[in-house]
Amino acid sequence: MKAPLSWLKEYVDIDCTPEQLKDKLFSCGFEVEDMTYIAKHINRIVTCKVLSIEKHPEADKLSVVQVDAGQHGNLQIITAATNLFVGAVVPVALDNSTLANGEKIKTGKLRGLTSYGMFCSGEELGINDDWYQGASVNGILILEDSFPLGVEVKELLEIEDVMFDINITANRPDCQSILGIAREVAAVLNKPLRMPALDYVCDSGISTKSLVKVTNSAFDLCPRYSAHLVKDIKIEESPRWLKRRLSVMGLRSINNIVDITNYVLLEIGQPMHAFDLSTLYGNQIEIRRANENEKIITLDEKEFELNHNNLVICDQNKPVALAGVMGGLNSGINDNTKDIVFECAKFTRDNIRKTSKQLGQRTDSSLRYEKGVDYFSVETGLKRALNLIDTLGCGKIACDGYDLYEGAIEQKEITTTIDKVNGVLGIVVPSETIVDILTRLGFAVSLDSNKLTVKVPLYREDMEDYPDIAEEIIREYGYENIKPTLLKTSAITNGGFTEVQKSHEQLKNLLVGYGFNEMINYSFVSEKEYDMFGLDKNADEHKFIKLLNPLGEDLAVMRTSLLPSAVRSACNNLNRKNFDGRLFELAKVYNPTELPLDKLPVENETLSLVVFGENEDFFTLKGVVDGIINAFCNGQKVEYVASKKACFHPTRCADVIVNGQIIGSIGQIHPQIIDKLDADKPVFAGEISYSKLEKQFNNKIIAKQISKFPSVERDLAVIVENSISHANIEDIIKRASGKYLDSIKLFDIYQGAQIGEGKKSMAFNLVFVAEDRTLNVEEVDNIIKKILKSLSYQLGAELR
Amino acid sequence: MQDKHIEIKQNAKVEIADAQSTKILNDLKAKYLGKNGEVTALLRGMKDIPAEERAAFGKMVNDLKVEITEMFLGKENELKNKEMMAKFDSEAIDITLPGKTPLMGSLHPLNIVKNKIFDAFCGMGFEVFEGPEIDTDYYCFQALNIPKDHPARDMQDTFYITDNILLRPHTSPGQVRTMENKKPPIKILSPGRVYRADDDASHSPMFHQIEGLVVDKGVSLCDLQGLLDEFVKIMFDEQTKTRFRPSYFPFTEPSVEVDVTCCKCHGKGCSLCKGTGWIEILGAGIVNKKVLEMSGIDSNEYSGLAFGLGIERITMIKYGISDIRTLFENNVKFLKQFNRR
Repeated sequence: MKAPLSWLKEYVDIDCTPEQLKDKLFSCGFEVEDMTYIAKHINRIVTCKVLSIEKHPEADKLSVVQVDAGQHGNLQIITAATNLFVGAVVPVALDNSTLANGEKIKTGKLRGLTSYGMFCSGEELGINDDWYQGASVNGILILEDSFPLGVEVKELLEIEDVMFDINITANRPDCQSILGIAREVAAVLNKPLRMPALDYVCDSGISTKSLVKVTNSAFDLCPRYSAHLVKDIKIEESPRWLKRRLSVMGLRSINNIVDITNYVLLEIGQPMHAFDLSTLYGNQIEIRRANENEKIITLDEKEFELNHNNLVICDQNKPVALAGVMGGLNSGINDNTKDIVFECAKFTRDNIRKTSKQLGQRTDSSLRYEKGVDYFSVETGLKRALNLIDTLGCGKIACDGYDLYEGAIEQKEITTTIDKVNGVLGIVVPSETIVDILTRLGFAVSLDSNKLTVKVPLYREDMEDYPDIAEEIIREYGYENIKPTLLKTSAITNGGFTEVQKSHEQLKNLLVGYGFNEMINYSFVSEKEYDMFGLDKNADEHKFIKLLNPLGEDLAVMRTSLLPSAVRSACNNLNRKNFDGRLFELAKVYNPTELPLDKLPVENETLSLVVFGENEDFFTLKGVVDGIINAFCNGQKVEYVASKKACFHPTRCADVIVNGQIIGSIGQIHPQIIDKLDADKPVFAGEISYSKLEKQFNNKIIAKQISKFPSVERDLAVIVENSISHANIEDIIKRASGKYLDSIKLFDIYQGAQIGEGKKSMAFNLVFVAEDRTLNVEEVDNIIKKILKSLSYQLGAELR
Repeated sequence: MQDKHIEIKQNAKVEIADAQSTKILNDLKAKYLGKNGEVTALLRGMKDIPAEERAAFGKMVNDLKVEITEMFLGKENELKNKEMMAKFDSEAIDITLPGKTPLMGSLHPLNIVKNKIFDAFCGMGFEVFEGPEIDTDYYCFQALNIPKDHPARDMQDTFYITDNILLRPHTSPGQVRTMENKKPPIKILSPGRVYRADDDASHSPMFHQIEGLVVDKGVSLCDLQGLLDEFVKIMFDEQTKTRFRPSYFPFTEPSVEVDVTCCKCHGKGCSLCKGTGWIEILGAGIVNKKVLEMSGIDSNEYSGLAFGLGIERITMIKYGISDIRTLFENNVKFLKQFNRR
C-alpha cells in the first residue's frame, strides 16, 4: 500500500523524520518496503515574473529576458523558450540550483551575454498536467499570476513528498487505505487522529427513497449496501489538490465524480460506484445472485456469462454491475449524466475473489474487496464522498439514503484479564500501559481490577480474543521488551531421533563413507520418463499420482521410482564434463492404494544409487549394496538374480534378494536411455526399497573368538565352462570345506588359448583355521581333495 | 712384547678408522681377531712368557681384544648407518606428489543444515516427527485456521492432486498431527519436503521446511525468544542475536517474523543483509487458540509456540549460495564442496 507523507500529515501531526517514521511503522508491524523521496533534489527553483523580452543580438533563436525574482532581485535570463510573455509568472532555476533529475544549473554565458539561471518546464520540476495544468506542455511552465515571487516552486506546488510503500499483512485489510495507515501512525506516535471531514449539506427537497427503490436479496454475499442519490451533478475537472493526490498515487484524473470515487477508495479504502440514474430501468436497484447463463457486458465492453455464484447489481430488467468488480456498460456516468446514485457496499471477499478468478476480471475494486472491506468503511466512505460533492459544489445531495443490512451492526466485545494477556507475552506489562495502548488504537476499554473489557472498532474485524489483544499490546509496547526464557514452566522431555530416523542417518553416513555425494531431486517428474524407463504398465511403479496444476509437463507426476531422476542427474553431470561421480538419494516414492486418489497414498522411503566414471562398473554398486546389507542385515542371505527390468542393460543387471525377498535392483542403465539423455558414457544405477530393507534389519553384534592358532593358506585354480557362475563355484567350495574354511577370495579369472575355447580359469585364495589347534598339512590336503572332487563332480571342473 | 701390543692397538685404530666398507672391515677383523689374526698370535705367544708374568700378560692381551672388538663394533655401526642412509637417499620420494585420498562423499548441504538444526533443538528436548508430504486440505489448511477461501490461501500457490488431497505447502500439518496423537508436554520438530507453485532464483517448487512446536503450561513469547536465541547461536555463532517483529500467520497469534543479526557483517550492514544488518530467517508465534482447540487441546490449560523455517534460506545464507536452483542440480562439483566435517 502506497502512502505519501503529505497525505498522512493531513490526519496526524508527524513531527519525526521520514526515516524515524519508517522505523516506528516497522516496529509496530508495518514494514516499509520502499521509501521514495519525491523531488528531493529540487533546490533554488523560484517563481519570477517576466519584465521584458528582447532578441539576443548574436543569436536568432535566443531571447534575453529580464525577470523580477522577488527577494532574489531582478535577473537576466537567456532562453530559447518561445512561450514566454511579459507579465508571465514562471519558475526559474537560480545559480547553483538543482532540477528534479539532479542536474545542476549555474550562471553562465550564452553567446556573450550572462544568464543568471534557467526557466523550467513542468518536466524539469518532475510534474505533469495532473499535478499542475500546463505542466505537460512542451515549453516553460506558466504559473498562476497570483503566486508570490521569489518563492521556492516545490513548496508552492507541493511537489516535494516522501512516498512510503508499506507491506500490509492479510489480517489488516483496514490498513489498505491512507486513513487506516494514518490511524496506525497516530497510535505509534501517540498523537491524535484527525478524521477527514464527513459532513455535508443536503437538499431537503431530494429524497433517495422516493426516487429509487433498492432491495437486497443476497445478504449472505452483500452484508451491507448503501445507496445515496445526488441530483443535478456538474461533470467537471477536479480541483488541483484532488488531481495531485490521485496523480501521486498513480491514478489519472477523469472527472470530478469518478475522481471522488477513486479518492474515497484510496483515502477510506472503500470501493464506490456511481450509477447514472437515467440508465436504471424502473429506477430500481436489486442486489441478487445472477441467474444461470445470465449475461452482462462490463464497462470495458467484455461480455460474461454468469452463474448462480456470481453477485450482480440489477435494475428492474438486467444486471447493471458485476458486484464489486466492475460496472456494466451504459450504466456508468458520462458527460450528460444529470443524477447519480452512489453505491457503497460491503461484499464478502470470498465471493468477489471467486467471481474475479472465474471471469478473469480483476479491478482495483475487486482487489480491494478480496482483501476485505468492513462495516465502518461503508458508512465512512459514503459520507466522505458526499462531503466531497458538497465541498466541490458539484451536485445536490439527497437527505436520505439506503443502508441495508441484516440484524444489527454491533461492535465486538472481548472480555478477558490482564493476566491472560500478559501470560501470552510472558512479561508483565502494567495494566495502565495496556489500557493506554488499546485506547490509542481506538478500542474502548474498561478495566475492573484484573478484568479487561475491550470494545473493538468495526474496522478491526481481525480481533477475536485475548491473544489478539496481546499482539496489539506488544507491537506497540515493543518486542525488545520480551525477555528470553527457556520454557521455565514446561516439563522436561526426552528429545532426539526415533530408531527409524537414526537408521536413515546411519545409512546416509555409510554411503558418504563409500564416497557417495547425496543428491536431492524433485519429487515430481515427467510422465514421459516412465515411458523412457520402460516401466511395466501393470506394475505398481506405473500407478502414479498426477498433479492437477503442475508447473509444467516435466514436473507433473509424483515419483514411484527414484531411478529416472538419479539417472538424469548422472547424465546432467556427464554432459557438464563431470566424468566421475557417485550419487545417492534417500527419498520417498508415492504409491497410491487406488486411483483416482481417494485416501492418502503410501509414502515409501527409497534409496537410489548411481555411479559413473572410468573406475565404476556393476560391481561398484554390488559392492556397495553388499556393504549396506552387511551393515544393516548382518548374516542375512543375499542373492543376486538376473533382473528383468527394461531400464537395464539386459545382461548386466540384478535383482537384490535378501532372505528370498526382492528389496531392489541394480545394473547398468540401458544405453538407449543414456542416449536419449544425450550422454554417451555407461551409467550404473540401482534402487533399494528402504522399507523392504528395514524388514531384514539385523544389527546385533555377537563377537566371535578369533583363533590363536596359525592359519593355513592355499591357492586353488580351477578350469570350468564359461557359463558357470562364480556364486556356483564359491558355494560348492564353501560346502566342501566345512568348518575350517576361514575365508575365500577370488583373485584371478583367466581366459585364453591355454585353457581352451569356452572355458575360464578361476583362482581362489583359501584360508583354513581351527579354533582349538594348529591344522596339520594332511587335514588341509584332504579338504582340498574334497573340494576338487565336488567341483569336478558337480561342475566338471578340473584343477589348472 | 709390550711394544708389540701397543703397535697392534695403534695400527688397528688407524686401519679401522680408515675402513670404508663392511667388506674391508671384515678383512680387518680377520687380520686382528681371526684365527690367524695378530691378537690371536699374541695369545699364542703366551707360552714364551715367563710364568709369573703370564697373568699380567694375559690380562693385557684380553683388554686389547676387548678394546679392538669395541672399535670394530663402533665402526660397524657407523658403516651400517652410512649404508642405510645411502639406501634412503636412493629411495627418496617427491613428497609434493599428489596424495591418495580415499573417496569421501558428502551429505547434501540442505541435510547438513537440517542436521545442525536437529542438533540444536534435540538437545533442548525436541523429538522429530515426519508427517506425510501428500496430505489433506484439512491438515494443510483448515486445522491451521485457514478455512476455504481464506485470503491466506493466496499466500501460497498450492499443488493439488484432488480437491481435497494436495502436496503440503508447509510442514505445519505436522503440528496438527502431533497434537492429535500426543498429550502435552509436546516438543517436536517436523521437517520435510514442501511444495509451492513457484520457480525462480529464490523460489523452488519443492523446498524444505522445519516446523517446531512446543505445547505445555504457560508457554509464552519469552520462551519463543529464548529457544530461538539458543538456536541461532548454534546455527550461526555466539554473537548472533534475534529480533522479533509483528507479522501475521493464521495459525499463530501473536505472529512474528524473526530476524537475526547478519552472519557476515554482524549487524554493520553489508550486501547480504542489504545494508540493514538483519536477515529474516523464520516466522513464528504463539499457537492460535483455535488451532489448539481443533486438535483437541484445552487452550485454557495449555498454550503453545510454533516456528517454521525454510532450510534452503538458511543454507543459502550460511554457504553464500545465491540461486536456489543450484541446490537441486546435483552437480557433483558443487556437492563435493560439502565433504568437510
